[in-house]
Amino acid sequence: MSSNKKYWKSVEELNQDSSIVETLQQNEFVQEIPTDEFLGDKSSLEKSSTTRRDFLKYVGFSTAAATLAACEGPVKKSIPYVVQPERIVPGVANYYATTIADGYDFASVLIKTREGRPIKVENNDLATTNGSANARVHASVLSLYDITRLQGPKKEGKDISWADLDKEVADKLKAVGGKQIVLLTQTFASPSTSRLIEEFKGKYPNVKHVVYDAVSSSEALDAYEKMYGERALADYDFSKVNTIVSVGADFLGDWQGGGYDSGYAKGRIPQNGKMSKHIQFESNLSLTGANADKRVAVTPTDQKKILSALYAYVTGAGSKSTLDPNLDSEVVKAAKQIQKAGKNAVVVSGVQDVDAQLVVLAINKAIASKAFNADTPRMIRQGNAKAVAQLVKDMNAGKVGGLLVAGVNPMYSLPNVDAFKSGMEKVSVSVAFSMHMDETAEACQYVATTQHYLESWGDVQFKKGSYSLMQPTIRPLFDTRQFQDTLLKWTGNQTAYVDYIKDTWSGVLGNISWSKALHDGVLVKPVMAKQELTDALAATEGEQTNEGEAMVASSEPNVAAAARRLSTAKSNGMELTLYTKTSLGDGQQASNPWLQEMPDPITRASWDNYLLVSRADAEKLGLMNENVANGALNGSYATVTVNGTSVTVPVIIQPGQAKGTVGLALGYGKKKGLKEEMQVGVNAYPLYQDFNNVQDVTVKAAEGVHEFACVQLHNTLMGRGDIVKETTLEIFNTKDKHDWNSIPEVSKNHIEYEVTSPEVDLWDEFDRSVGHHFNLSIDLNACTGCGACVIACHAENNVPVVGKDEVRKSRDMHWLRIDRYYSSQETFEGDDTKKDNIAGLGSSLSEFGEMESASDNPQVVFQPVMCQHCNHAPCETVCPVAASSHGRQGQNHMAYNRCVGTRYCANNCPYKVRRFNWFLYNQNDEFDYHMNNDLGRMVINPDVTVRSRGVMEKCSMCMQMTQKTILDAKREGREIKDGEFKTACSAACSSGAIVFGDINDKESKVAKLKEDDRMYHLLEHVGTKPNVMYQTKVRNTSEA
Amino acid sequence: MKQVKNRNFASKLLVLGTVFLFTFFNTLAQETAEAPATEAEAQPEAAAQASSIGDVAAGEKLFKSLCAACHKRYKKAVGPALFGVADKYDREWIYKWVKNSAELIASGDPQAVKIWEEYNKVSMNAFPQLSNTDIDNILAYVMEPKPEPTAAAVTTTQTTGGGGVSSDVILGVLAVVFLMLVIVLYLVNKTLRSFAVANNIELPESPQRTPLWKAFVQNQFLVLVSAIILLLASGYFVYGYFMQVGIDQGYAPVQPIHYSHRIHAGENQIECKYCHSSARVSKHSGIPSLNVCMNCHKSIAEVAEGTATEEYSKEFYDGEIQKLYKAVGWDPAAQAYTGETQPVKWVRIHNLPDFAYFNHSQHVSVAGVECQTCHGPVEEMEIMYQNAPLTMGWCINCHRETNVNVADNEYYEKIHKELSKKYGVEQFTAADMGGLECGKCHY
Repeated sequence: MSSNKKYWKSVEELNQDSSIVETLQQNEFVQEIPTDEFLGDKSSLEKSSTTRRDFLKYVGFSTAAATLAACEGPVKKSIPYVVQPERIVPGVANYYATTIADGYDFASVLIKTREGRPIKVENNDLATTNGSANARVHASVLSLYDITRLQGPKKEGKDISWADLDKEVADKLKAVGGKQIVLLTQTFASPSTSRLIEEFKGKYPNVKHVVYDAVSSSEALDAYEKMYGERALADYDFSKVNTIVSVGADFLGDWQGGGYDSGYAKGRIPQNGKMSKHIQFESNLSLTGANADKRVAVTPTDQKKILSALYAYVTGAGSKSTLDPNLDSEVVKAAKQIQKAGKNAVVVSGVQDVDAQLVVLAINKAIASKAFNADTPRMIRQGNAKAVAQLVKDMNAGKVGGLLVAGVNPMYSLPNVDAFKSGMEKVSVSVAFSMHMDETAEACQYVATTQHYLESWGDVQFKKGSYSLMQPTIRPLFDTRQFQDTLLKWTGNQTAYVDYIKDTWSGVLGNISWSKALHDGVLVKPVMAKQELTDALAATEGEQTNEGEAMVASSEPNVAAAARRLSTAKSNGMELTLYTKTSLGDGQQASNPWLQEMPDPITRASWDNYLLVSRADAEKLGLMNENVANGALNGSYATVTVNGTSVTVPVIIQPGQAKGTVGLALGYGKKKGLKEEMQVGVNAYPLYQDFNNVQDVTVKAAEGVHEFACVQLHNTLMGRGDIVKETTLEIFNTKDKHDWNSIPEVSKNHIEYEVTSPEVDLWDEFDRSVGHHFNLSIDLNACTGCGACVIACHAENNVPVVGKDEVRKSRDMHWLRIDRYYSSQETFEGDDTKKDNIAGLGSSLSEFGEMESASDNPQVVFQPVMCQHCNHAPCETVCPVAASSHGRQGQNHMAYNRCVGTRYCANNCPYKVRRFNWFLYNQNDEFDYHMNNDLGRMVINPDVTVRSRGVMEKCSMCMQMTQKTILDAKREGREIKDGEFKTACSAACSSGAIVFGDINDKESKVAKLKEDDRMYHLLEHVGTKPNVMYQTKVRNTSEA
Repeated sequence: MKQVKNRNFASKLLVLGTVFLFTFFNTLAQETAEAPATEAEAQPEAAAQASSIGDVAAGEKLFKSLCAACHKRYKKAVGPALFGVADKYDREWIYKWVKNSAELIASGDPQAVKIWEEYNKVSMNAFPQLSNTDIDNILAYVMEPKPEPTAAAVTTTQTTGGGGVSSDVILGVLAVVFLMLVIVLYLVNKTLRSFAVANNIELPESPQRTPLWKAFVQNQFLVLVSAIILLLASGYFVYGYFMQVGIDQGYAPVQPIHYSHRIHAGENQIECKYCHSSARVSKHSGIPSLNVCMNCHKSIAEVAEGTATEEYSKEFYDGEIQKLYKAVGWDPAAQAYTGETQPVKWVRIHNLPDFAYFNHSQHVSVAGVECQTCHGPVEEMEIMYQNAPLTMGWCINCHRETNVNVADNEYYEKIHKELSKKYGVEQFTAADMGGLECGKCHY
């Protein structure tokens, strides 16, 4: 029974005769619907014979037709070569040895190419020097396929042909008259380029060559020149010494060109009860400091004083220590270690001061350090800060007529950009040799677009006697020409640069053929070794610990004065140390999404740079870090001012940061010539005044909250020793394995069993005795946390880049992550003791709370974690569609085409290594990184599936690589030798931390590592029996 | 009412259709029956007369083994056409030339130098092993005049073969007879009826029965059962239809060049891996690049008479070879590459999905699987088609049934020993080796 109740919408309706109500009842829409706008003009619409019914018929038909058509596969074309190049077999990779020399990174590498496309960078095992690629070098292959690269030469932003460019520039260069023509270039370290530049100087009068390193090592070069008469860098081999004292030198990072990690790591693995001792004095917590046995957080000023004191203690010469007693005692301890080790010790320093570098050289000379070889100095940094400063002055004075800028971006990286800019206006002809329309290219009249190193020829002299060749691995993708070829043209030399190199090398090669040198990529020529001769003599005379002291440099009278000057160093307020990150370096590859998304090894933040502040200073300045509800990190902003120049940067409170110091990374904040997504961070170069990485600053809190994309928060281990096991060398040598690496036990029928015992196993064991059984071992002692493996994994396995916002939501896709843990006490051992001593509710409430925050100077440990490939995998049992299954070779398989995306497996994984594709990351404009354009997709490995949305993915233990190794052996009818099996991470790991192999081959390295006392599995008590194992970290805490 | 009308119309259409079909078949059958008769009239023509001296058969053998790489009888190839060469030159001179042309050129013989210069100063290989008689034999063969095209008819009749009447014809005749009977019966019936009407004879009325469909509708059990059967059957077919979506067994697309595997792999017995060489070492079998085609087709500009079939004429095949020349940029007249190339866009037939990894070399080189096992009788395929379903079930079945070829492969030595100890068998399948694991093909 419905009621007659009347509902009304407006009062007007109650009025019976209202005309408005009447109209409204007739007319549903108050305003006329603008049908004309979308249906065209009325007349043509009326003429149209298509009725509404017809329209629906067509819609229905086309929908049905489309549905039916979708059932049929698309026609795929297959286009073979017309004439197939002899060496290319479709589906088989070719490798070429080449060299990266971009002015910041120098390394001999192998390039894997498929069907003529470079897709991956590998280490060149033949190289004895600089053969290990870091994360940036591994990522450099992606920069080749950068969509923002310039595709041809430009004149004032418009296209121009090479012929016109050559002619116009040559004319203008001839017309500069008496003014200077300046070549402002990166460090090439190339014998052929040096020869070419000399030739260019002969062609044009008044040519000046200025070498500019964006991140300068000028002081170290000057000091070396003073000491040895040659402008080069000291060459160290850390594998030859057992005591390393570093004062502010981040030698596992980019210090003096980097590449020291493999030598360092060799001494870090305890063998026969011995390992090296590493003491680090520094202000920022660097990768090197994180790896040190003993790290002392000191200000940059103190670092100078420490060097002076160290010099005094070790050599007995020099002035008295001016340090405070606490610090002084640490220096005394370090000096004692050095004296004890004698020539097996080395001192290095990153303090950018000629005096400091002189003192370091003198100490090493005094102890006759084995690590230091004065005969083969490094050539890979040649920048001259003074010359660059002079150039800016000359430009402003109108003395410079022509400016050719090659491989550097001064408009971005110079601290005094404004002066350079005003100088540019007085230059009559300016040419930028650049791959991108960057800040400098925009300011120059011409851009002679250069090519990527994978498209170029070249040669490099890393250090005296160590040469390396660069060869193209792909034809130039665009209408580009390398710098040297252009310069040859302008010199009027018609030879191609490759022939020019051959000509240079005819002297170098001797009786080695060019083809062999090109194949190997490297060439070592013996240099007359004075040092070795004296060493040999000394050896016959017998070991004399302090013989070095007698030799103390009477030849260098200025060292004592230098040490004195150092001891009186002073600072004013806060001290800023500018550093470079392992991911972005000096910022050349800022448009590389792999590098942007690679988390910093220490802070674990990606897509950003930030001011590092100690906790004490942060409290004083009112700076905050907080974790918001979704687990992401927020931080406040701070304004940093140096001599009136200020920048506003977000803040991260960094445990281990020396009080009174702050740190900031260079290489960010680039705005020109890269996609908007990549324009992240703040440019710190304006603070890099006088090319000095230490500056007196004032720091003030600023408005606003910054959102970080940090993949791991600043958490501690809370004394959970089963994640990272750590012990000291003393315990390791003297105590039984059970004391420092015991297997957890469980009780069954009141009997204690080790969890690995089959007695307490819920599962039946697979039989893996036949065939291969792959295991991966990660040595926490050798792992420096450099992140090369992370990028290698990206490249090998087509891991997508998800961008800052997604990383912030913990949706990063890294198959391999390097976890970083801090200790909450001074040491991890202290954590364990503290945890064990907690008794009662009150104590646990307070002390667990305390343990959550890291110590002011924590111990740090890096732990690479990828899928552990459990033999009893929790993920496999919960998959409703059996997409995750186990192979008898030990790998945990993931069939993407079977996965329906329930994510049960990720939830059940105790290691949190499974990654879910929340979106389609390729060909999706929302994720405008390399996979969104045809050029960028050329880097994709054709042997690995590109995953789609809604699919779970994870480390496959590089199944495609093990399968290939097996197939090659089968085809050749031979057994597989140890060392043939590799994963992308193990191949990339130059420190030897990651070892992969077959444990059924009892002679293999990995089988022996499995039996090692240091071996343990991650979360062993869970009983997952992983195929990835870790080697307990041992710290050398021995005192002299 | 309406429905009945329609049904009448439909039945009429059906009858008309049948009549049309039968007549059509009939004429067709007659035509095919006639064809062989006319062709059989052609008489085999006598073989061309043998040359004055030399054995043609022996000469042919020698020519094919030694000369055919560079020479043709009636057409210029790498070297000149050889027909008429015995009339053009002195026989003694030819002996010297064949045995060592370079010497002859070096001696400054003007005739020899002229030829040498004409052919880009490339001298002919020396054949000192040939005796004068051998050379006579070859000359006898090359001096054979070009056979007249009528000879082609002879070969085709032979290949078509088969006299007598084909079964189609018999069937056709029978159908016509049957049709005539039906028509006659109908006409007789009609005439009788009209007679009956005319004579006012009452035809016996058949008793009114319920029509079959009505009886069917009334029987509810039958309706239920047939509905269930209908549903099941349609379900079966729908399932079958959906399961074959994406399975392109029998897919034989039209290719830009009509390449016949029958001619190459069948008649000429060219080894598969001669062209698909990367199958030995790579995951891809590879479509041969055009320079591989030119290894042979540099000297094979047209097919032999015997290659042509009813369906494809010699002109057709020769045209396809011209397409190759155009693509690779070969000028047959000048015997030189022009440098203008156009890659051939073949239509890919065997398409595995991206998530499935398949490696040819594993199967071809390691396991020694014949190409035909998966690709079918390629040597009989005029047009290449997909022989296998390429489904996962098909892969898995083979992995379950096929024994691993462990003989003479050191890689398997240890594994074989261990496995045979474990299972107590000498032979084991790919599945025993882990060939069914997901990750072996999906990563």
